[in-house]
Amino acid sequence: MGILKDLFKDYRFAVGFILLCLLFFLVIASFFSPYDLIKWLQVPRDKAPSRSHLLGTNSKGQDVFWEATFAIRNSLIIALISGFISRIIAILVGFVAGYKGGITDRILMGISDGLLVIPLFLVLVLVAMLLREALTLVNTGLLLAFFGWAWDARTIRSQVLSLREREFTQTSLLSGNGTLSLVIKEYFPLTIPLIFSTLINNIAWAIGMEIVLAILGLVRLDIPTLGTTLQWAITYQSMLLGHWWWILTPVVLTIVLLVALYGFSVSVSEYLDPRMRIQRIGAK
Amino acid sequence: MNAIIKVEQLQAFYILEILGKRKTVKAVNEVNLDIPENEIYGIAGESGCGKTTLLKALFAFIEPPLQICTGKVNYSLNGKFVNALSLNGKERRELRWTYISYIPQGSMSVFNPVKKMKVIYLDFLESHLQGKANRELLTLARQHLEELGLSPQILNAYPHQLSGGMRQRVAIALSTLLKPRIILADEPTTALDVVAQRAVLQLMRDIQHELKNTIVLVTHDMGIHANITTRMAIMYAGRIVEEASTQDIFSRPLHPYTQYLIQSLPRIGDKTTRSSVPGSPPSLIDPPPGCPFHPRCVQVLDLCTREMPQLQDDETNHKVACWLRSDQNVRHP
Amino acid sequence: MSVTLKAQNLTKVFSLGGLFSRTKIIAVDRVSFVVQPAEIFTLAGESGCGKTTTARMILGFEFPTSGELLYHDENIQELKEKKEWFKKVQAVFQNPFETFNPLRKVESYFCETIWNFHLVKTQKEAHDLIEEKLQAVGLSFSEIAGKYPGELSGGQLQRSSIARSLLTNPSLLIADEPVSMVDASLRMSIVNLFREMSDSLGLSVIYITHDLATAYYISDRIAIMFRGNMVETGPVEAVLDKPKHPYTKLLIDSIPQPDPLKQQITPIKFLEEREEYLRKGCKFSGRCPEVMDICKQKVPEDVSVDGEVVKCHLYQR
Repeated sequence: MGILKDLFKDYRFAVGFILLCLLFFLVIASFFSPYDLIKWLQVPRDKAPSRSHLLGTNSKGQDVFWEATFAIRNSLIIALISGFISRIIAILVGFVAGYKGGITDRILMGISDGLLVIPLFLVLVLVAMLLREALTLVNTGLLLAFFGWAWDARTIRSQVLSLREREFTQTSLLSGNGTLSLVIKEYFPLTIPLIFSTLINNIAWAIGMEIVLAILGLVRLDIPTLGTTLQWAITYQSMLLGHWWWILTPVVLTIVLLVALYGFSVSVSEYLDPRMRIQRIGAK
Repeated sequence: MNAIIKVEQLQAFYILEILGKRKTVKAVNEVNLDIPENEIYGIAGESGCGKTTLLKALFAFIEPPLQICTGKVNYSLNGKFVNALSLNGKERRELRWTYISYIPQGSMSVFNPVKKMKVIYLDFLESHLQGKANRELLTLARQHLEELGLSPQILNAYPHQLSGGMRQRVAIALSTLLKPRIILADEPTTALDVVAQRAVLQLMRDIQHELKNTIVLVTHDMGIHANITTRMAIMYAGRIVEEASTQDIFSRPLHPYTQYLIQSLPRIGDKTTRSSVPGSPPSLIDPPPGCPFHPRCVQVLDLCTREMPQLQDDETNHKVACWLRSDQNVRHP
Repeated sequence: MSVTLKAQNLTKVFSLGGLFSRTKIIAVDRVSFVVQPAEIFTLAGESGCGKTTTARMILGFEFPTSGELLYHDENIQELKEKKEWFKKVQAVFQNPFETFNPLRKVESYFCETIWNFHLVKTQKEAHDLIEEKLQAVGLSFSEIAGKYPGELSGGQLQRSSIARSLLTNPSLLIADEPVSMVDASLRMSIVNLFREMSDSLGLSVIYITHDLATAYYISDRIAIMFRGNMVETGPVEAVLDKPKHPYTKLLIDSIPQPDPLKQQITPIKFLEEREEYLRKGCKFSGRCPEVMDICKQKVPEDVSVDGEVVKCHLYQR
């Protein structure tokens, strides 16, 4: 595929893509796990990495490697739900507010600004405390999505405001297009890089937030995620006891995931940027 | 006629790399030019002919992807000619605004929108005239504006509070504060309407009269050239194709491109049909072989498609680069 | 035969400023004019005179604060669907590089126009229609097929824009500074196009410009606008060869003639826009060389002089 080839010329994409592929394999592997990660004491505890347990075992009596595969899978599920749902809301709000203007704009931006002003951390903690038992993966994702759309809605709105003033908007209207066609055919292609980069940002943010909530003990600790793994490792004092494999695993995996997301996001955004696309059209 | 800038065999290209492919835009292609002292000198040409690049080279403002491949831009300093392109960054900066100044295209947006004009002026003056108090500098600024017929009240305004025409005049005033010997103006009136344009041109004429320096005015508008320049050059596809006094260019245009340009201009009082030059301006990445104008020229000869004609003087200080006029190709004009 | 377009006392007021200090700018002030079938009518004036705002009101992108716009004696504002209006009126804009979305192929706009307005029934007819209109402006489909705006020149883009606007066979075309961003060597061929289309298709054109030379060259009638008012209207030879309003005289005088023997010597005064918009009485009184006392007090009425309509106290009995 020509596009992939072009993208691979950027080292950031190459690094990000390969790392994400690696993590993806781990996620797939989680479906073949010989252990059920809900149950404890399935293997000898606190064993260092060896041939039978690649990353050792933890204090709950579970294989750390398989725990890690589940952790990545679940964290990604939360983050992806958060990312995509918040994009949908942000796009709807941003486009409608930007294009319609007037009172609609003011109301929508009022709501959005209201959400921005709320001290996010406190509210999240409160809500998480109240809903702790109900915080399944999906619900955590939805909760994070609810707080993640406001900033990007405003960014998208600004883009739409400036696009509205450009002459091709008028040409499109004169060609008989209605508002919906106009937005989809004319504005979307130009706002895609913005939407994409905010998506990745949101995913990275969600991963971080999940870890924070987990460390504070505000999620269901029986579901293995990067955050809960870390939380358990801390609770069982694995650092002090010298069980480095248990605490390092989620840390390293998180760093790898975030670096991969960053590289991927930066390179793909640049590739999708209208100005770069325009340059490429001329270069052929 | 003394020259204040001598351009010798200048080649300035943009080297671009897109997706691993290298493209060279030959913006200024073998230009030789003598810019005289104490005159308003015009450079005419359409968009994409290389005139902005030529101005950047004259100002010795070369930043990647622009590169100088060969050639010199000689400034006349203290009776000697010094190649500006061979000077280092510090020396170039010292010359800027004191010896030579530059008014870029769209200079109306050159001002910082959150600073008052007063602050912009002070910043500028402070960096060039060390050791003077703000009050003194402000007085200098006010005096300067008054000399040019602009109201000193402007200093208290923000850029967006002034109209386009006013901002442009202030930009010109700022560039002449330190009384430079050469002023380079790139399309100074493009976005302005006719009345504002007139005010701006008036200002430039007054400045030139006062300082007796050289103004190099680049624009595609032949009407402006006719109005204030005394000598001009016509640029096409990165080369100078004709160079003469403004009077001569209009009364006796020798190059087919110049002839077309002048003929196609509509005038009030005259409804006879006019036509454009056929075809379109060439790409600077891949210019046609031989004379770059030949694909659009009605009087094209076979020689034109193979070899590039050089600029030749016809004894009346009127230079043209065209095989039709060259004495190697015996023909009567 | 009824006139194509008639504007009566068209007014547009913009209020600027925040909650506590609002200024009203009267961008278009009681402007009245007619456009005949198959005529080229120019709206000329400096930037900020209201010509573009008037055009936007005709197209329906702005709503008039007061006044009427009649198309063949029917009130435009009562048209239910904007799409119906765009079948009759189309527009061409100043910047050919911005007219089309840089990420879309130019021909997609042609196809859209055809399908949205149900102009033909089959693919083949669509193709023929596009080819016909492109030929009319001096292009061919093969020249623009598959190309993005970045791959075409300014001249080609502007011609494509004109061709697209002709697809619905409109009776009125609004051209807002159509050649000011086109290379000087190509300008005249595009300007000539408007004349050809008006003559052959019976198209009325509202040509908006500040370049009086091209206006003289192609228009039949012209209206000079100043700070929202129409100060002089009439046949183009009458207005530009023998101007009556002092502002028209100033404009014509300020055009740099491409002739070194006709240089502009007389210096002029140059005042800021905002002052003039908010002025009482005649807006030009601040810099009019023939100003009288009454000019500063009272807004002049429209007076008929020699087949023109002039808004100036000098011509009032």
